[in-house]
Amino acid sequence: MKADVEPRPAVAGRSAVAAGEVLLSLEHVSLSFGGVRALRDVSFDIRKGEIRAIIGPNGAGKTSMLNVINGFYQPQQGVITFKGRRRHNMRPYLAASQGIARTFQNVALFKGMSTLDNIMTGRTLKMRRGIVAHMLHWGPAQREEIRHREAVERIIDFLEIAHIRKVPVGKLPYGLQKRVELGRALAMEPELLLLDEPMAGMNLEEKQDMSRFILTVKDSFDTTIALIEHDMGVVMDLSDRVVVLDYGRKIADGSPAQVQADQAVIDAYLGVAH
Amino acid sequence: MLLAGQVLEVLLGGLLSGVLYSLVALGFVLIFKASGVFNFAQGAMVLLAGLALVRCLDYLTHHEFPAWLAVLLALMFAAAIMALTAWLVERFVLGPLVNQDGLTLFMSTIGATFVLEGASQMIFGSDVYPLRLFPSDAWIILDNVFPGGILINKLDVWGGLIAGVLVAGLAVFFQNTKTGRALRAVADDHAAAQSVGIPISWIWFVVWLVAGLVALVAATIWGTKLGVQFSITFLALKALPVLIIGGFTSVPGAIVGGLMVGAGEKLAEIYLGPHIGGGIEYWFAYVLALLVLLLRPQGLFGERIIERI
Repeated sequence: MKADVEPRPAVAGRSAVAAGEVLLSLEHVSLSFGGVRALRDVSFDIRKGEIRAIIGPNGAGKTSMLNVINGFYQPQQGVITFKGRRRHNMRPYLAASQGIARTFQNVALFKGMSTLDNIMTGRTLKMRRGIVAHMLHWGPAQREEIRHREAVERIIDFLEIAHIRKVPVGKLPYGLQKRVELGRALAMEPELLLLDEPMAGMNLEEKQDMSRFILTVKDSFDTTIALIEHDMGVVMDLSDRVVVLDYGRKIADGSPAQVQADQAVIDAYLGVAH
Repeated sequence: MLLAGQVLEVLLGGLLSGVLYSLVALGFVLIFKASGVFNFAQGAMVLLAGLALVRCLDYLTHHEFPAWLAVLLALMFAAAIMALTAWLVERFVLGPLVNQDGLTLFMSTIGATFVLEGASQMIFGSDVYPLRLFPSDAWIILDNVFPGGILINKLDVWGGLIAGVLVAGLAVFFQNTKTGRALRAVADDHAAAQSVGIPISWIWFVVWLVAGLVALVAATIWGTKLGVQFSITFLALKALPVLIIGGFTSVPGAIVGGLMVGAGEKLAEIYLGPHIGGGIEYWFAYVLALLVLLLRPQGLFGERIIERI
């Protein structure tokens, strides 16, 4: 639907209006572990309402990038600005409370818990009532639980996983686990959703389902998405803009078509294998 | 009729003392469920809670506080000590080890055990301190049904009641509250829990605090039974077979395991003892645990963990 839009602004509707506004910006971010330099002087931004893909060969620093945005890693250098405010000493639970949700490359679910409970954990930060009120399960606490439960049921319906609502997620096949993980992230009603290889290990049909979910999330949940993906077809179809990393450096940044045509990218990544 | 009465008496006595094993086992289960750590320090925590309680109580009664106030204040003091311990353990022992594997965390709790045992005796003293919170005299019931009636220790009944309330409370806490859900989440996956906004350090503090309070409850009852003394830490050894039988991840398992061990060892002592020699009480629980390990390694109520390969 937007594959041939070269300079972006012409896209219709809400995303065009929001396109100029920067949600998250990273300037000159560097991250190293001892002698290993995972990210070197990387700068890019994520605009409100777009799907931003981060691609690159294995070991390029894509997941490290996500971990920095999400607060798992503290970059040694660089400035990160989220919603117009500069971040200091980020921690994962703080990032979550500011509206950043994520999924993981190797599904990280709470295996002993049911699909429903897993997705309910996404509401943790939105629940305000204290422990005692919840234990007594009276009045306001009960209404709160019901309200959040409704929100979660809507997500379950949307992701078409109603039939596995009560199943412990450890027993689910991989494709469904990925979907539950997306549901947990959506339950947080994030402004920025980070997806680490959402299609990894999926068959064609599952990939199509997941693509459909991601596009719907962008359009109707009012969520900005940054995703890492290896399937180039998916990346080119889904994303509005693509940033390419190689050995921790940014080597290209632009629309899918621009990136595909970029010689540095072809050399580093797309072309070499052929 | 005499035999039936005797069996019933032994069985009841055994079940009630089994409840007390369950209380200690509960502390282990809570921490294991919520952080995946087998907490070697649980026995030491019972000792610490008991010492803090009994010493504060002695001090207050010595200064002529009314009994009810002294008990209340001493309980609050001991609870505060357990809260402090929970904070210290999180801050200095577990906090730096987030995302490490279970064995590493287990080893660190062994270290914490020695520190807790040493520190609590250094601060509160190392004698045997008698504690009288509950009546410990006997009760004769059903004396119109059985000749001589059935003898029950009142303390054991108290223990049973308190354990029941505690377990009901904990079950509701784990199932109905967002904190309970967060605890289960942290046990399963640290990184994922952090990513949905659960602060791990706070959760670990809560877990150790709850385990500390359970240790305090266990200390009030065991302290009344045996006096507060160092040997109370060996209770942790008796809790181990209880855990294996019930399953490490199950609160009801800890209860049923405790009851089985309590009743089983008393019955075996009385009815098998004369045939194969006495002292069965000391090893019965371990043999039972060994059998369970052979037949059902996850315990009677434990979760069967399926690993994807």
